[in-house]
Amino acid sequence: MAKITLDSLRHSYLDAPAGDDDFALKRMDLEWKDGGAYALLGPSGCGKTTLLNIISGLLTPSEGRVLFDERDVTDEPPDRRNIAQVFQFPVIYDTMSVYNNLAFPLRNRGVPEDQVDARVREIAEILDLSNRLRTRASGLGPDDKQKISMGRGLVRNDVNVIMFDEPLTVIDPAQKWKLRSKVKELHQKIGVTMIYVTHDQTEALTFADQVVVMQDGEIVQIGTPVDLFECPRHTFVGHFIGSPGMNILPCEMDGGRATFQGVTVETAGTPAAPAGARTEIGIRPEFVSLGATGIPARVRKAADIGRHTVLDAMAGDVPVSAIIDGAAPEPGSEIHLVFNPAHTRVYADGWLAMQESTT
Amino acid sequence: MKARSLVPILYILFLMLPIYWLVAMSFKTTNEILGGFSLFPQVWTLDNYRVIFTDPTWYWGYFNSISYVTLNTVISLAAALPAAYAFSRYSFMGDKHLFFWLLTNRMAPVAVFALPFFQLYSAVGLFDTYLAVALAHCLFNIPLAVWILEGFMSGIPKELDETAFVDGYSFPRFFTTIFVPTIKAGIGVTAFFLFMFSWVELLLAKTLTAVYAKPIAAVMTRTASSAGYELGLLAAAGVLTIIPGAIVIYFVRNYIAKGFALGRV
Amino acid sequence: MKTQNQRGWLFVLPVLILVAFNALVPLMTVVNYSVQETFGDNLFFWHGLGWFEDVLRSERFHAALGRQVLFTATILIIEVPLGVAIALTMPRKGFWVPVCLVLMSLPLLIPWNVVGAMWNIFTLPDIGLLGYFLNNVVGIDYNMTQSPLAAWVTVIVMDVWHWTSLVVLLAYAGLISIPDAYYQAAKIDAASGWAVFRHIQLPKMKRVLTIAILLRFMDSFNIYTEPFVLTGGGPGNSTTFLSIDLVKVALGQFDLGPAAAMSLIYFAFTLLVSWLFYTIMTRDEQ
Repeated sequence: MAKITLDSLRHSYLDAPAGDDDFALKRMDLEWKDGGAYALLGPSGCGKTTLLNIISGLLTPSEGRVLFDERDVTDEPPDRRNIAQVFQFPVIYDTMSVYNNLAFPLRNRGVPEDQVDARVREIAEILDLSNRLRTRASGLGPDDKQKISMGRGLVRNDVNVIMFDEPLTVIDPAQKWKLRSKVKELHQKIGVTMIYVTHDQTEALTFADQVVVMQDGEIVQIGTPVDLFECPRHTFVGHFIGSPGMNILPCEMDGGRATFQGVTVETAGTPAAPAGARTEIGIRPEFVSLGATGIPARVRKAADIGRHTVLDAMAGDVPVSAIIDGAAPEPGSEIHLVFNPAHTRVYADGWLAMQESTT
Repeated sequence: MKARSLVPILYILFLMLPIYWLVAMSFKTTNEILGGFSLFPQVWTLDNYRVIFTDPTWYWGYFNSISYVTLNTVISLAAALPAAYAFSRYSFMGDKHLFFWLLTNRMAPVAVFALPFFQLYSAVGLFDTYLAVALAHCLFNIPLAVWILEGFMSGIPKELDETAFVDGYSFPRFFTTIFVPTIKAGIGVTAFFLFMFSWVELLLAKTLTAVYAKPIAAVMTRTASSAGYELGLLAAAGVLTIIPGAIVIYFVRNYIAKGFALGRV
Repeated sequence: MKTQNQRGWLFVLPVLILVAFNALVPLMTVVNYSVQETFGDNLFFWHGLGWFEDVLRSERFHAALGRQVLFTATILIIEVPLGVAIALTMPRKGFWVPVCLVLMSLPLLIPWNVVGAMWNIFTLPDIGLLGYFLNNVVGIDYNMTQSPLAAWVTVIVMDVWHWTSLVVLLAYAGLISIPDAYYQAAKIDAASGWAVFRHIQLPKMKRVLTIAILLRFMDSFNIYTEPFVLTGGGPGNSTTFLSIDLVKVALGQFDLGPAAAMSLIYFAFTLLVSWLFYTIMTRDEQ
């Protein structure tokens, strides 16, 4: 097991990248702590898989280094890095039994057969595959196939990191949560570093201790699920995480205070937006409530989602959502919106622009 | 250039050598051919080609071949499309056996069946017509077409059909305006193989024709034997029979591999 | 899953009519011949299974069948591994892919008698490129019309030239359908090149190779035009394969009964081998 360091990494699929736009991965420095459970979250095409393939060695980065502990592995092939990767579509060796699938990586490395046997049985036990060791792997369901992929990584007792590339894509909804909790359980049991790539926020937030959010080849925020929810560093994070996402409302800066639709809005701390920047207020619907005074708005529609109501309102020509308790006002009625100052922040050109942020 | 690319290069070289020799021969004069070995034509001549393009037996041979091959491709596709659809979408009594039976028709030794074919087509009055050859080639082309098309159609989700029917499409309209355009790559690949196997087959084509529908390849053998040893002319005719195939491959080059990969082969 | 629908028959009907017209009528005619004796003048007499017994006992049939089996086995042993090897070494993407495919498909689109004629010209001892080269540069005494060995080798090389590309096309199609993830997983698992071939590429090519072998088996077992044009079955009977022999019997000697019996036996043989092979190869696909 090892700490993984990405040192001023950059990658482009072009031979001669000209501008920043030619890079699939923009410059990044990042450290994955030993034994952490990480999720790599972002929309399709944001560079998640590229980053994953650089760590596993399937891709060599255009610039920068990859370190496992202090060892530079940038130019090492995948089989020398002791990593495991579970792919989006289950990869198994169809002609082999489950047992031989699990034994394959060990046999390729010339491990003596008695050690192979012990190890395979141990891993099969952990993955609940013991009673199917002799069946042909091709006959199994996708969830078991994904377990085998995982197992092929786990059998090596020196595995540095296990990477999951959207592993639940082809799994039945009913099996999804089972496999997900299996992964989580494994992490607790053997404490190996895991990196889980997904575009599904629920998967990321339930699995990871630390979530790395990416957009356009750039890491926009790293933090615990609670950080991401309560204090998004970028409007993208606010919008991408949460349902509905954070309200991003264009605002004016007036003497260091933000005004929205002509109303001055209290914020958590002092905004520090550079002059000339595009400024926005970010507030989650959970922290918007109704009041006697506040920002005037008109209700567009209300959706009952069980214990709460999601309110869709227009403040002038800007849509604002709110999650409120109790009875919802009729569509078309005039209301006043109140923002909870402790959760109201100002963003400049997309990035959080506060002197001191309260988290 | 890696060492492994040597394998395809050598293979292609091996394929090209006899073709080169045929092309070289076709540009040589008869005197040069009979005079001895020469790697390149010493005197380039178009005489052999001139003979072919001025003699009606020759150029009608081309026209005949292309006519029945095209007709066969159209008939085979028209019949195979609905059948392949049925095999890929429905399960009906005896479907598996039917499929295997269709495939077994490739195994019949055509050499012996030639005579019964002659009798059959004479009896129905189709002897020496394009239609006779086109229909006879259906024997091995339709099973092939059904097989390739079925592979393509199985790759199209059933939801496409269901959505269309829910949207109120009648079956014929759905089939012609939605389904067929969806699998046009597959139809292209199939047409390529149909063209290929009909174009290269000679035995049945020769048996079922005499004058009006005689294929180019048959003209070749007869001319070669009757007019003595005219190698140059034979070579030129051979070169000309390769050209239609080469044109067809050029047009479907991007579909060949992709088509098979999409199909359930 | 597929819906149970007898409407399927309606869709299959045109195919059924066209193929049955071409397959059943001639087949029945052949069956008819095979059980009758004729002395010409369109007079036929019932002969029972006599022709079948005669054919099965005849030295000539055994010899032709032996040559046929040897030929088919040889070309399968050469063409299938060679085709797979070429498919494996072909580029996967880029400019050279269509170039390779077009050039490799070329032999498949040449009429069969032209293939025979082309190889005839190519191998003429005095003025053919190959014949001249072997006789005058390498110094082997090569003449197809005299040496059975030379004739055999030439027929086999011609078939390899003609048909290996079909195996290449099919195998290549199987190969490019393998997702990248398989190769990536194999890299991570430290699989050797051989292991990748044995456990990933070969299993994924199984279906296409089954079809390639079936097609090559059926077509080579029926081979007629190319060797007929090239060697005429000679020298002697050395390259007289089943179909050539059949035509000699049927049209040369006009012995329709024995020819029909012979072709039915050999049809049944092809059918049996194909069916066995197909059943074994698809056994574990439920």
